[in-house]
Amino acid sequence: MSSPVIVASDLVKQYDEVTAVGGISFEVAPGESFGLLGPNGAGKSTTMRMIGAVSTRTSGRLEILGLDPDAYGPEIRSQLGVVPQSDNLDEELRVRENLIVYGRYFGLPAAHVRSKADDLLAFAQLEDKAKAKVTDLSGGMKRRLTIARGLMNDPRILLLDEPTTGLDPQARHILWDRLFRLKEEGTTLVLTSHYMDEAEQLCDRLVVVDKGVIMAEGTPASLIREYSTREVLELRFGADHNASMAERLKNVGDRVEALPDRVLIYTADGEAELAALTDADIRPLTSLVRRSSLEDVFLRLTGRSLIE
Amino acid sequence: MTTIRLPESEALKRAAVKPRRFGAWYVAEHRLRVMRSYVSTVLVGAVGTPLLYLFAMGVGLGALVSANLGPHAVDGVSYLQFVAPALLCSAAVTVASEELTYPIMLGFKWNPTFIGISSSPITPGQIIDGMVIAVTVRLVATSAIYWAFMLLFGAAPAGTAVLSVLIATLVGLAFGIPVMAYVATIQQDTGQIAMLMRFVLLPLTLFSGTFFPLTAMPIYLQWIGWLSPIWHGTQLARIVSYGAQVPAWLIVVHVLFLLVLIVPFWMLSRHIAKRRLSS
Repeated sequence: MSSPVIVASDLVKQYDEVTAVGGISFEVAPGESFGLLGPNGAGKSTTMRMIGAVSTRTSGRLEILGLDPDAYGPEIRSQLGVVPQSDNLDEELRVRENLIVYGRYFGLPAAHVRSKADDLLAFAQLEDKAKAKVTDLSGGMKRRLTIARGLMNDPRILLLDEPTTGLDPQARHILWDRLFRLKEEGTTLVLTSHYMDEAEQLCDRLVVVDKGVIMAEGTPASLIREYSTREVLELRFGADHNASMAERLKNVGDRVEALPDRVLIYTADGEAELAALTDADIRPLTSLVRRSSLEDVFLRLTGRSLIE
Repeated sequence: MTTIRLPESEALKRAAVKPRRFGAWYVAEHRLRVMRSYVSTVLVGAVGTPLLYLFAMGVGLGALVSANLGPHAVDGVSYLQFVAPALLCSAAVTVASEELTYPIMLGFKWNPTFIGISSSPITPGQIIDGMVIAVTVRLVATSAIYWAFMLLFGAAPAGTAVLSVLIATLVGLAFGIPVMAYVATIQQDTGQIAMLMRFVLLPLTLFSGTFFPLTAMPIYLQWIGWLSPIWHGTQLARIVSYGAQVPAWLIVVHVLFLLVLIVPFWMLSRHIAKRRLSS
């Protein structure tokens, strides 16, 4: 196996009194799609900024493509594509111009930059918007333009911080499709998300981060296998009764979680559990059997839900 | 899965030679492209300002001064010739403050393109350098147009007057760069920039020996001129424009004062940008 493109060990970022990242370690292999999953404020963006050779680490070891970002920031950044959490496209320039000026920052020749911009406008499905004002684009289009901008230098690693936050479902699916394509072409992706479905869709491997530390690591399937059951039975008894019902049902299934709005029963076979409850004359207002997701893994690891 | 062969780290160490060397120029290129989107404003300002001011102050007010005090009333030359170098320097300061206030605030915060740029190989220091290069380009261009109008109006009799383009550019930078350093520290604009324009730029313009010699003001107001890059620059511009008599030591002071406002504050701006963009 080729050597990892990112090596982080005991990575720490401290802001005055606040520890944003409290000693995390991970490696990313070339061509891999790696995710940092966690709630807002978990330290994901700070980690991304350190990987992006923008923010300097407080302590720990960090190597991107074999180089230390403290000494080789511009060199590392020349090999990265960065899609930040909030778009920072230049609103005073047109769509295509945004790509051109950005490409120039890598020292690429003007002619190359122009043809690359056209290729990427096609990739981002923005060909007919080339001359549009950035402010006239929809949220999804802006994201795609930002991704296109991040690809101007044919990066070895693409960093995506919350790529689909704030987008409507359709725009998210278009974006995922584009990212899949990059993944298929062998681009290394590193992304953060607080959406479990996004992480399941896009990541080969991920770490669950909470309060600046790694709680678990693995493939989405292995994490679910390890920290959850095959299925989940969701029951709603009404806000006033969920807690007491959870107490009553505590021996049902493998494990029971009480959330304010529902009771979750972790089990290998949800339908069978539900049938047993019906036989025992326990009748919830609504019931639902579903597959376990990373959301359940997170709940198990932290006792909290991802989106609060 | 495609296997990606990592380049040797050694080869990678040479991956950013061009951005390291020319990064500031790429930023300037970007900035000039942005200026193109308001090129009509730039041009109208560059042509309209000298036209209006030279007419109103030089020709209009000048006629009144000459009628009362004779054709060589101020500093041994006509009022138009006296006031033109000062108007040139004030115009440069206006341009510099347009380019180095709101666009800086914009880049750091309102439309944070600086954050975008700093995730490319470009460093925060190069962003600042690029802004300075771009404003210098605009300063040279507007000052050259101003100078051409001065020639047209007969307001710059000496052959060396062309040097006033260079001097005005320095004056613009000497005012704009410290302002840029300050604006780079603003986290939340609650009207600081507008206040700066009203209570710093305007008094500096009015009390910098612009419309009358500094010595004509009461002594307790003259210190404003001494602190003003506009006065120091205007005095230099008067020397090259009509041969105003200034002692050598004072010429040195004028030049040094401008440089002291430019160089240290430029370095400070780079430092502030680095702290702000890479924390």
